[in-house]
Amino acid sequence: MTAGNEHIGQAHRRGNALRHLAGRGRFVTDLALPRMLHAAFVRSPMARGRIAELDVSDAAAAPGVVRVFTAETLNKTCAPWTGTLEHFAGMKSAPQNILAEGAVLWAGHPVTMILAHSRAEAEDACELVLLDIEEEEAVVDGDAALLDGAAPASEGIDSNLCFRTVLETPGLDDAFASAAHVVEESFTFGRHTAVTLEPRAVIADFDPSTGQLTVHQGTQTPYQFQDVYARHFGLPESKVRVIAPDVGGSFGMKLHVYNEEMATVAASLTLGRPVRFVADRLESFVSDIHARDHRVTARMAVDAAGTILAMDVDDMTQIGAFSTYPRTSVAEGNQVIRLMGAPYRMPDYRGRLSVVFQNKVQTSQYRAVGHPIACAVTEALVDRAAEQLDLDPFEIRARNLVADDAYPHVSATGYQFEKLSHQTSLAKLRQLMDYDTLRSEQAELRRQGIYRGIGIAPFVEITNPGAAFYGVGGARISAQDGAVVRLTPGGDVQCAISVTEQGQGTETIIAQIVADQLGVTPDQVKVTTGDTDTTPSGGATWACRGAGIGGETALRAGRRLQAQILAIAGAVLQADPATLALAGGAVIDSGTGRERITLAEIGRIATYRPDTLPEGCDNSLSAVQHFAPTGYPFDFTNGIQASHVEVDIETGVTRLLKHWVVEDCGRIINPLLVDEQIRGGVVQGLGPAFFEECLYDDMGQMTNASLADYLVPMAGEMPDIEIAHVETPTLDTILGAKGVGEAGTAAAGAAAMNAVNDALRPLGARISQTPMTPLRILTALGHV
Amino acid sequence: MNIEIALTVNGETVRETVEPRTSLADLLRDRLRLTGTHLGCEMGSCGACLVMLDGAPVHACLVLAVQADGQKVETIEGLNESGHVSDLQAQFHDRNALQCGFCTNGMVMSAQALLSDNPRPSRAEIRDALSGNYCRCTGYEAIVDAIAATADRRAGIGETVE
Repeated sequence: MTAGNEHIGQAHRRGNALRHLAGRGRFVTDLALPRMLHAAFVRSPMARGRIAELDVSDAAAAPGVVRVFTAETLNKTCAPWTGTLEHFAGMKSAPQNILAEGAVLWAGHPVTMILAHSRAEAEDACELVLLDIEEEEAVVDGDAALLDGAAPASEGIDSNLCFRTVLETPGLDDAFASAAHVVEESFTFGRHTAVTLEPRAVIADFDPSTGQLTVHQGTQTPYQFQDVYARHFGLPESKVRVIAPDVGGSFGMKLHVYNEEMATVAASLTLGRPVRFVADRLESFVSDIHARDHRVTARMAVDAAGTILAMDVDDMTQIGAFSTYPRTSVAEGNQVIRLMGAPYRMPDYRGRLSVVFQNKVQTSQYRAVGHPIACAVTEALVDRAAEQLDLDPFEIRARNLVADDAYPHVSATGYQFEKLSHQTSLAKLRQLMDYDTLRSEQAELRRQGIYRGIGIAPFVEITNPGAAFYGVGGARISAQDGAVVRLTPGGDVQCAISVTEQGQGTETIIAQIVADQLGVTPDQVKVTTGDTDTTPSGGATWACRGAGIGGETALRAGRRLQAQILAIAGAVLQADPATLALAGGAVIDSGTGRERITLAEIGRIATYRPDTLPEGCDNSLSAVQHFAPTGYPFDFTNGIQASHVEVDIETGVTRLLKHWVVEDCGRIINPLLVDEQIRGGVVQGLGPAFFEECLYDDMGQMTNASLADYLVPMAGEMPDIEIAHVETPTLDTILGAKGVGEAGTAAAGAAAMNAVNDALRPLGARISQTPMTPLRILTALGHV
Repeated sequence: MNIEIALTVNGETVRETVEPRTSLADLLRDRLRLTGTHLGCEMGSCGACLVMLDGAPVHACLVLAVQADGQKVETIEGLNESGHVSDLQAQFHDRNALQCGFCTNGMVMSAQALLSDNPRPSRAEIRDALSGNYCRCTGYEAIVDAIAATADRRAGIGETVE
């Protein structure tokens, strides 16, 4: 039988939130192990140079210091890693190892690791290391890095071009030749970073007596790290356990391999005792991955009726001295050029991508990989086309969005869309924001010298990736997830699952889904995540897969256990299992709804009195299920966002008045959690649109690497965010959920940029660079 | 040179010998294992380390342990057990005003301080009062909602959340 949907779709509260509210979170930063040592690193103060002298003797003799490692003593324990994947044809990146050997390649590159009884003592000893670097000219600017004769940003590469690719449809040139209008613009999208409130944290604990390595790590992908540590340190996989307890934010940043985590594992393996590294905020800024950093030139061809004919896009993105491991730093740019124009019927397209090395912190995948860039470029050009044709922004989009009844649809860049709801979403947004009233209010206020702007941005979000993302390129990154669901002897339910929780509510939705398969309530389902020893292997949490893939895995595991329970119940009751169902914590007669036997009684009989079951009756109360997406290579969700802003044209300060989102994530498992994923995502999109930027000087020094100088969005600047939904489930799964983690971030900045430009339009000014700081707005206005 | 200090933490008298450079946050977290106080920036920007010092919120990362000598410190563990913020906690839970939970201790401290000074704040005043509390997950709106709802309930408006 098919279980009901009593809990799927309900706004269940998160049980694990109660621990945090009581001050009982369990973060890696809170863990202290016996004999634990604390790590600190001496880092290169220069962006590029050669180590002329390194003397650690004074540091090694400092109070509390137990060991000092350099490349010479640490790197030999670790097989080098290289951040390339085969499906990005022709890409290159130099091999990396733990500590800088000879060359230092960014300001922040770790050179020496000091282990002491306290972090304070380790930091004190860092001051005693004599590090003399012969400075060399750093490769700072991506365009300059590509010039003939530019010095390579790392050793062992012959140029600074990491990867180049072109997508092109045959009709591209004709489309531009026949266009009534061509609009074009150059964009700069600044570099920013995740700033998770809990910094990166790892404690490696190697026990030489058993050969067991246990790594407590704040990450979203414990299985990926189990594989990395086993392979690079030559350990059997079964001897590597990675535990991710509570994680204080991740957003993609904590799934990459970092020098410091590898150093921590290497040091524990060498010393045979626990080693702890927790990044302080200053070193987070110069070692956590940064994001974006694109320069895009783009043009769009439209006909006289405002039909979008084609886009021609060139993206240059700057990634630091190495491509990240194991996911590369190419996925961001790859998604930028493939998501351009995604919501529209646009038949022709050319996208060129250049991924460039330089001597800065690495960039790589961060929430909504590539989406904000593709969305901002596309939507800025659509607004420019509308302006040329004197069309309202809603009208030009209505003329071009893929119709809701025109699916399946393949985009000009080759993405296959199963079913999206752009037209419904557009209409719903117009009503939600009361667009016509806002426009008349805007006109009225302009007469008073108040410049308000309204911007809209439809978007498409990639979710539920199959192996096409990484696996086909040779990466050992799981495209499947696994769950074990079991009935306890007392009749409760436990689910151990490979998807992980960073506060988005993974454990809550898994409990809801399993509860509905087994006729219990979510609070009767205990969900375990984040431990490679106690959960089945799986991809965990990235690219928006917790609900769509993890949820489906849990659903199927729950149904498998349901069948096992009904078989046992049938044997006990001498009834056909097909006439039985699960509800209210019991086996019921599916025809009458009458309770036949409780789950607790099934648990008791199968556990303590299996002798009373008929011969051959399987008493198993555990079910295991793995699931990988089939059908479409990825799912896609869609939606549309709107931003309402007021620009003070004297100061250049933008006030965010309100933000709206209409979103279609397929089946909604928990509306409360979905809305909060969207709101948090929107703010992570608005941050880099207005505030967040990793600023570098000409020497490659990051000049605002502290939380006092790097501006993160705070409560006072952020608007209220109103949300509405359309629900178009995917038919690829039973559950129908598509995912929602990146939708907010995907289009918030695009809507905001269009809103600012709408405000500036009567003044003849435009901005096409993020963050849209007051100075840049005043520059656009010609005031400075 | 280490210094002996005595202070009251969550109603319990504590005697410790500390280096002069030891922050109150390190004393609470590393010595007393009160790990509900978090460290996000160690420069007073993010608000994750807020504790009550003689009833007023302070950044435990900016206060030296020796400065707390003779004073009363309350951490989230103490506030939780006292029941003084149980209504705030209930509203945060109901409104899902936390995700990863790392900022939550500081948010509760700021909210409690705000509502003590200004029992009926506007939404703008709530947002302003959170100007020293960084949250990367929620986008803030749910936190504002939870604090506003608590203010309403304390004023006898609306239903209490269990």
